[in-house]
This record gives sequence, C-alpha cells and structure tokens, in this order.
Amino acid sequence: MKLTLLDRLLFLSTALLTSYQIAVGIEGLGSIPIFVYTLGFGALLVSGLLILILGFEVLRSALVVVVATLIPLSLACGMVWEYLPAWRGVYVVYAVVGFLAIGLSRFARMSPQIATLIVAFVHGVAGLTIFLLPIGVVAAQRTAAGFLLVSLGGALIGLMGLLLSFLRMGSPVLGQEKLLRAFPLLFLMITVAYVLGFNWR
Amino acid sequence: MNGGSSRLQTVKRKIRLYLPLIKSLQTFLLLATGLAGYMSARCPIFHFPTLLGLSGSLFLAISGSTVLNMWWDRDIDAKMGRTQKRPLPSGELSAQETLRLGLVLSVIGMAWSALLSPLYAVVIFAGWFFDVVVYTIWLKRRTCWSIVWGGIAGGMPILAGRALGTGSIDLIGILLTLSVLFWIPTHILTFAMRFYSDYQNAGVPTFPSCYGFPVTRATIAASSVLAALTIGTASVLIGVQWGFVRLLAVLSSGLLLLAIGSLLRPNEQVNFSLFKYASLYMLASMILLSIQQ
Repeated sequence: MKLTLLDRLLFLSTALLTSYQIAVGIEGLGSIPIFVYTLGFGALLVSGLLILILGFEVLRSALVVVVATLIPLSLACGMVWEYLPAWRGVYVVYAVVGFLAIGLSRFARMSPQIATLIVAFVHGVAGLTIFLLPIGVVAAQRTAAGFLLVSLGGALIGLMGLLLSFLRMGSPVLGQEKLLRAFPLLFLMITVAYVLGFNWR
Repeated sequence: MNGGSSRLQTVKRKIRLYLPLIKSLQTFLLLATGLAGYMSARCPIFHFPTLLGLSGSLFLAISGSTVLNMWWDRDIDAKMGRTQKRPLPSGELSAQETLRLGLVLSVIGMAWSALLSPLYAVVIFAGWFFDVVVYTIWLKRRTCWSIVWGGIAGGMPILAGRALGTGSIDLIGILLTLSVLFWIPTHILTFAMRFYSDYQNAGVPTFPSCYGFPVTRATIAASSVLAALTIGTASVLIGVQWGFVRLLAVLSSGLLLLAIGSLLRPNEQVNFSLFKYASLYMLASMILLSIQQ
C-alpha cells in the first residue's frame, strides 16, 4: 500500500517532533538517562524517516523490527533509571539481553513460536513498565500529572504492536489496509504523548 | 496588448525550458550547503545584503555550470533514456542558446561573487572550473574516477560560504568540503547503478562498469559513513550545541543502518533508499549548521 500525502505529512510531523525532543533534551537529567532517552526518540525518528522513504513495506524488514525494539526498551530503561534507582542494574541487563535476543530472533534460524515468545516477552515487560511506572510515580506525587501522557503513549504503542502481531499471525483484528491507514496518525499520537509527557512533569 | 501577451507567453515558455537545465533539486541542495557554510561562521546572522549576495551569486554560478554541463553532454543525454527528454537533446532548445545561457549565468554569478569578496570569488571559480572543465569536459568520458573531481566541485559552495563568513580557508571549511565530497558518490554512484545500461549505451565509464556492483555498493556505504564522520567532526569543532550534535548522531545512525543494509541485503530499493536518506541527511545537517548558535 502506498503512502498518501497525508501519511507523508504525518510521518514528517513525527520526525520533526522527535528531532525537537532530541535536540532540546530533557531538563535536569544526567548524561546516562539523556543517552538512553535519545536512543528511544532516535529510534522513533529513524523509524519514521525509513517509513517515509521506503513506504509501509519497511515494516516487514527484520532490521526495522530490531530498531523499533529500541523505542520501548530505551524509554523504559530511562524511566527506571530515573525513578527506581535500586532496579537500574537489573533493568539495564534486561534491556541489553532483550535487545540482543530480539536481534537473534530476527536474524538467526529459530522456530517462529520461540521468536514470537521472545518478542512478546521483551516488548511486554518494557510496555508494562512504560504504562505502569508513570501511574505509580504520579500516584506517589513524585511528579506532575502530565507524566501520565507517557502511559497513554505506552498504551498506544502496545495497542499498535498487538494489532500488528495479530495481523502477522493471520488473525487480524483490523484488516491490513485499515491498520496501515491508521498507522501514521497513531505513530504521531504516540510521539506527541511521549514528548508532552516527558516535558510536562 | 497582443504583443505584451505574446511576450509573456515567450518568457513563460523560456522559463519552462530553462528550469530543467539547472537541475533545481541539486542546485537547491548545493545552495543550502553554501548558506550553511556561511552560517557556520556567522550564525545567528540577519545581514540581508550579504545573504542575498551569497544566495544570488551561488545560485547563478551553480546554475551556469550545470547548464554548461548539459550543453557539453547533450550527445550523451540523447543516448540515455533518463535524459533524452531534456530540452536540449529533445531539440526544444538549440545548443547555441544553451551555451549562451550557461556562460551568461556563470559570468554574472562570478562577477557578483567578486563584489562580495575576492577569496569567495576564487573558491566559486574553482568549483565552476572543477565542474565544467575538469569533470565534465576532461574526465567524465575517460575515467570512472572523474566523480572525485565532481565531488570536489560539489564541495566548493560550502567552502565558499565558510570562506565568506570567516575571511579565510580553515580546517572546519575543509572538513565541511570533505563531507560534501563524500556525500556525492552516494548520489552519482546510485544513479550509475540504477541507470547502468543507459551509461553503457552512452559509453560513459562508471564505477559499476569498471569495478562491478558489489564494489560500488561498498564504496557508497563507506563514503556515506565518511560523510557522516566528517560532518560530525566539523560540527563539534564549530561548537554546535550538544542537542544538535545528538540529533546529528541519530540521523547518522540511520545512514549507517541503511549503508549496512545495502551491503548485507543488496537490492535496488535499499540502494535508492540510501541515496534518498543521504540527501535528506545532507539537507538536515545543513539546516542544523545554519540554525546553530
């Protein structure tokens, strides 16, 4: 399916928004969380640009699946680094091993079931972290309520991941055309939620 | 009334014919590099007359050399499917008119640049000379290595802009020139692969015809990475804000990813995507260099 002009504008807006976020950084953070968040927003930016240039077909590429894994893993890792210092070491190990495992699942010969399990587990844990952690820290009044938008972004990216997975498994909730039509807007909404969430806290 | 309307029609027709002669996208990108070179030395700057002079003289000089390139290569263009519909090989414009146009644009562009600064004018002239005489007339039909000279010519606008801003040729200017020089193969070699048979028919030696596709892909990948490295180093030396350096690093990683992809899974789509991404990357880098403070 070809990208429409509106799709291109939406992906371009996503790219500009992520570029802005990468350039301005996040105030008051040390170099490690900035690096990790840059990885996450950078993966959003590069994925958006690749789709803009290559079209929706790129979503089938193993390389893009691996790059896209960086989005939830890095954002979750950065949030754990900031708010759950006791879990930093464990989470960094989980993120690195998870990323390598997904890379392996895409490029090594592996049964599709195991590959799907790896992807589901790694994305699942990172997605839950992004969704639940802001709710926890806002409830504990450690940060402003605007941070809940990151949870919204996490929920949306999780939803998008699930819909794409169902589609790949052959039992689509939304047909391919409908899903791809919604994809650019969903991608922009996720980015908006993340950018606003990280800046309004 | 009729005479005025007919003159207007003639002007419109001429513009329609002349526009393809200047390869507007390529000219715009090279103009952007010139502005970025200048801004890298003097940003933030709102000195309108100098910016107008830089933009105008560069546009005219680049357009002039491109038109002269088209004039010289009209026989090759006529043999290639991609270019045979251009106004000159298709017979819509005469060779003499095209030559006149190329010379007029070049002379006005260089004269205007001499009014701005002698050093700036020398660099502009060097770019014109490398492009028209060394690359187009002397080497293009003799060796596939002519692209190096085409690349050096392509690097001159950014060096000229920098020289106009600083009043000298410095290490940063040379690094910026190298970044454009390394970016050029991504552009030229991708076209050489995509239109391989066209170039073969026209008898123009290219990297793919001399060294094969795998070596050409490796050259494109290596030069893309070198372009990213040199522009990154130049940005750090210029003192670009860390946020912009971070952004440049992210954009470079995308370039690296596509370069690796083109080596591991070579196909036309990946190659052409690398070319498109590299153009976007170059434009984004130039914008970043222009708005840095």
